[in-house]
Amino acid sequence: MIFAVISGFILAALVPLFSSFARNLIPKIYPFLPLGIFIYLGTCFSQVTQNAPMHWSYNWVPSFGVNLDFRLDGLALLFGMLITGIGTLVFFYSSYYLKEDKYLDRFYGYLSMFMAAMLGLVLSDNLISLFVFWELTSISSFFLIGYKNDDPSSRKSALMALGITGFGGLVLLAGLIWIGFVGGSYSIIELVNSSELIKSHEAYPWIIGLLFIGAFTKSAQFPFHFWLPGAMKAPTPVSTYLHSATMVKAGIYLLARFTPVLGGTDSWNWTLILVGGITMLYAAAHSLFRTDLKSILAYSTISALGILVFLLGVGTEDALLAAGIFILTHALYKATLFLITGIIDHETGTREVTSLGGLQKVMKPVALAGYLAALSSAGVPLFLGFISKEIMYESTFHFSNWAIILTASIVLTKVFLFVAGFWVGIKPFTGNLPQEHAKAKMPSPLLWIPPVFLAGLCVLFGVFPGILDAFMQTVFNSMSPEGEVIHLALWHGLNWVLVLSLLTLGLGFALYKFLKPSQSLKGKLAPFDKFAPIELMERIGITFQSFAGSWTGFFQNGYLRNYVISILIFLTVLAGYRLYDGVDIHLDWSQISDITPSEFLVVVLMVTSIFFALITKTRTGVIVALGIIGLANCLFFLYYSAPDLAMTQFSIDTLTVLLFMLVLFQLPKNRSFSTRKLRVRDGALSLMFGVLISILALEVFEAPSYTEVSEYYAENAYLLAKGKNVVNVILVDFRGIDTLVETVVLVIAAMGVFSLLKLNLNPFNKE
Amino acid sequence: MKSIIFQTASKYLLPLLLLFSVFILLRGHYLPGGGFVGGLMAAIAFILYSFAFGLKETKSIVKLNPRYLMPVGLAVSILAAVSPWLVNLPVMTGLWYDEPLKLIGMVGSSLFFDIGVYLVVIGSTLTIMFSISETI
Repeated sequence: MIFAVISGFILAALVPLFSSFARNLIPKIYPFLPLGIFIYLGTCFSQVTQNAPMHWSYNWVPSFGVNLDFRLDGLALLFGMLITGIGTLVFFYSSYYLKEDKYLDRFYGYLSMFMAAMLGLVLSDNLISLFVFWELTSISSFFLIGYKNDDPSSRKSALMALGITGFGGLVLLAGLIWIGFVGGSYSIIELVNSSELIKSHEAYPWIIGLLFIGAFTKSAQFPFHFWLPGAMKAPTPVSTYLHSATMVKAGIYLLARFTPVLGGTDSWNWTLILVGGITMLYAAAHSLFRTDLKSILAYSTISALGILVFLLGVGTEDALLAAGIFILTHALYKATLFLITGIIDHETGTREVTSLGGLQKVMKPVALAGYLAALSSAGVPLFLGFISKEIMYESTFHFSNWAIILTASIVLTKVFLFVAGFWVGIKPFTGNLPQEHAKAKMPSPLLWIPPVFLAGLCVLFGVFPGILDAFMQTVFNSMSPEGEVIHLALWHGLNWVLVLSLLTLGLGFALYKFLKPSQSLKGKLAPFDKFAPIELMERIGITFQSFAGSWTGFFQNGYLRNYVISILIFLTVLAGYRLYDGVDIHLDWSQISDITPSEFLVVVLMVTSIFFALITKTRTGVIVALGIIGLANCLFFLYYSAPDLAMTQFSIDTLTVLLFMLVLFQLPKNRSFSTRKLRVRDGALSLMFGVLISILALEVFEAPSYTEVSEYYAENAYLLAKGKNVVNVILVDFRGIDTLVETVVLVIAAMGVFSLLKLNLNPFNKE
Repeated sequence: MKSIIFQTASKYLLPLLLLFSVFILLRGHYLPGGGFVGGLMAAIAFILYSFAFGLKETKSIVKLNPRYLMPVGLAVSILAAVSPWLVNLPVMTGLWYDEPLKLIGMVGSSLFFDIGVYLVVIGSTLTIMFSISETI
């Protein structure tokens, strides 16, 4: 199993290698990756549908409870098959759709990476690995959305999508860690057992709040929905893949996955009902104000995601079942609609629904796919959409006191979606063929077979829903472990739900006849743009940027002296406060040994040179004075029997003096630039810092000293490391890794200095 | 600083200091010294020489660009650190010859580790110093 998941990453990593000699082969070979995984999942089908989930476990960081645990149950299998199945079609479709593209090899790399991340996400049973894959989907979708990177608006949308989903991902991480903390395990399947414990824990509202933000950002729920229409800047195959079956459904998957763990409480249900309800109505209504096919699809996708969240919120057994079926239904018809949109765009060069019509004359199979998908989306009997709609209505219809409002809102949503589906799937193909598109021709089979195949599935499952029984049962059971036995049927008897269903169809059809997509309708929305969340988000972004700019400008102002001042003030205030607040300062004279005459002499020498350094007018004088202080320090090390330290200090001091000489020698004569005021300030600061350090040095005696470590080193230096110089043994043996890293740091510093000095940044100095 | 006394002195000081730095490096395991201090001393020897004779002259006697010493030193250190893998021991285990060699003394993986440090220190110090003095 692990191979199935990571093979996508491996293939993605191999792209740069292949593209040098087998560039044209990539689009021909890579589609067999999702196909292979799809077949592999197919072989697991019979075992999983017998309610025996499969398990694979690989250690990753077992000490933190982070493992690659993969678990294939009904829900994972449904998503896995959608990801790889639709993935296969999209991979084949792109090989023709983007045939002339310069970076097609790269595209397949991103796509494989995305698929692998998605697969890992739905298969993970471990919260942390789930999060890792979650973030990988955000990152790889960033590359896919921004694929046309020479287009600034495409880059902007990609950045926005990454910003929103990345933000959500971080919030989700906090939620997941919290769940693991409260529930005592990072394994989802184990958390199901501690469900009651988590629900009664006081952190429960926080946990679900964090989880919701993660899911809502990913699944484009109000008010985070706006990144999704922007993401339509991606090439159509990408939109198909990301928005019908995978990326945006990740949030839904997360909610469905956690339903048995966290679901069933009022706060869980009502939040989801409210957010999902607002999203589905808002987005469905919005889709009618659009004229670009992909825009219509974008909003209808948001609306469908809203429906799913809403259903998970309703949370009854019917509702969960409806959600399970609608995931499949929506993936099938939405992928079809996206794919035919791509074909229309490819063949006519426009996606404006107002200027399209009559295309069935030139591309019959595509038109057929469009009709079938639109009918499934509308929920006409004999289509899969009908069955999911029936169960949806059934679930809201029996929902306690709020049945009427909930049912009414979902009926209204469905009416709007009916129209949106017809606009995309039917409108471009019926009516008269405009002159400018007369030359449009039948596309390659690689383009039209995938949508026709998917549309065929909509009908097949719609006419014989019984074939889905076993599959949907396991999907249902992974959300509701003790759920009853289900049975999908075309005919539910003559009841109110059927009446509502017919009412939806009637209203939808009437609205479709009455309302024509037009630019003027789109214009009516313009005054409200100010209040749209996207505006708000952009304003927050701009404010944040300018704040960051002025903050950085204040602290990172390019003057070394100001950096030093900031650091010293910060240290002095922080440490000074701590000393003032928590430590009582007193001097323990008994700890201090007597002063010998030679020590006294050295101190006098040091103090004299400090004052000399302050007074002298020449640079060389200052350097020499500082050198003397350093060397005097060496003497102290020697007095207290630390010859190693003395030696090192001596060499370092020599080097420092040489370095100063090298640099300062070249500078012009010393002149005083600073005003009296500045000098007083600097003096005061130095004094404060000096006093602080002195106090700290004296306070060290107060703290009990731990000698165990040094004793251990002293005793074992010869026994374990065969060395008599303990300092050196520590450096090269006991703490050898530290030394190794330090030498690396040294190398980095040297390279930094080298590149800073050799890199000629000044444009006037260029030769 | 082209004084004859300084130049003549540094001509003799350079080999002496270099020898001394190797001495410091080798005795490190038993007596004060080690790769870090040894490397610093060797670097000082070269810098002193460049003060007396200028950068060009120094570079011509060093021949090798000091930058190359850094990766070589790092490689030596890392190889010494992982060498115990060869005999199935964890990283950084000290491996030693039983008998001391003439002139050098005890030889073991720690010594090679220290030699790596020595080379890195010379390389990076000289790189920093040379690139500064080249720029101004």
